[in-house]
Amino acid sequence: MADLIYNIAAIIALAGIVLSFVRLILGPTAADRAVALDGMTIIAISLIVFIAYYSNRVIYLDVAIVYGLISFIGIIAIARYLERGI
Amino acid sequence: MISIIIIILGIIMIAAAFYAIHSKSLLSAIISAGVISLLASVVYLLLAAPDVAMTEAAIGSGLTTIIFIFTLRKIKKGGLDD
Amino acid sequence: MELLGAIVTLIGSLFLFLGAVGIFRMPDVYNRMQAGTKATTLGSILFLIGIGVGHYECGCLGKLILLIMFIIFTNPISSNALARAAHFAGVKLTKLSVKDDLAEDGLEKGEEK
Repeated sequence: MADLIYNIAAIIALAGIVLSFVRLILGPTAADRAVALDGMTIIAISLIVFIAYYSNRVIYLDVAIVYGLISFIGIIAIARYLERGI
Repeated sequence: MISIIIIILGIIMIAAAFYAIHSKSLLSAIISAGVISLLASVVYLLLAAPDVAMTEAAIGSGLTTIIFIFTLRKIKKGGLDD
Repeated sequence: MELLGAIVTLIGSLFLFLGAVGIFRMPDVYNRMQAGTKATTLGSILFLIGIGVGHYECGCLGKLILLIMFIIFTNPISSNALARAAHFAGVKLTKLSVKDDLAEDGLEKGEEK
């Protein structure tokens, strides 16, 4: 029962990734695409944590921590470029 | 369950690669390449390779994006283009 | 206990999906930004708490709390930087919006208040 609910939650989060990707394709300006990338990053971190639960290995959580730290720097770099250049 | 996630993420990765090739704006192409690295990291994790996933997340998504943006800023003056 | 964690995870994934719907349907960069930041922050926090509660015997609760703290600290900062960059890069507001405080302040690019 609990495993089924976890799987449904992962499928719903995956649908969220698909919707954000559609906005990344359609978005009229580059700022829209950066916002869609930000949303996709957060949802992907949640999906990585779900995979760590599903595979039953704690070491996968380190990937989520590294990814969150690095993608934050990437988003800041994109914002700095949009504002006035790095 | 794992197969469904891998197939959907692979389709999104192929679409992002096509968009990165055909986009007019260089900044949009850089962001789309970042999406490819993000989803490639998740797929590596699904294929049970956490060290490769960590390397892809650090280098492919972080360092490559920053170096591309720095190069783009060197090439032309910053601004918002579609 | 596992069922409670599963239900919390399901609620969190619903918040994540609603944030993605907000990114998809809102008319403007700034509206998309507020929908995509607040809803996905709450959704990811609930998702991680649900997995940590339902699977607490794995000893991974410390790492999950560290990840939650990191998301809480970094997500508003990146959203604020993106909104400020979009405003100074010249993205127009939608016609439905009524007030623009940052333009009325009359700041130049890169200038702090």
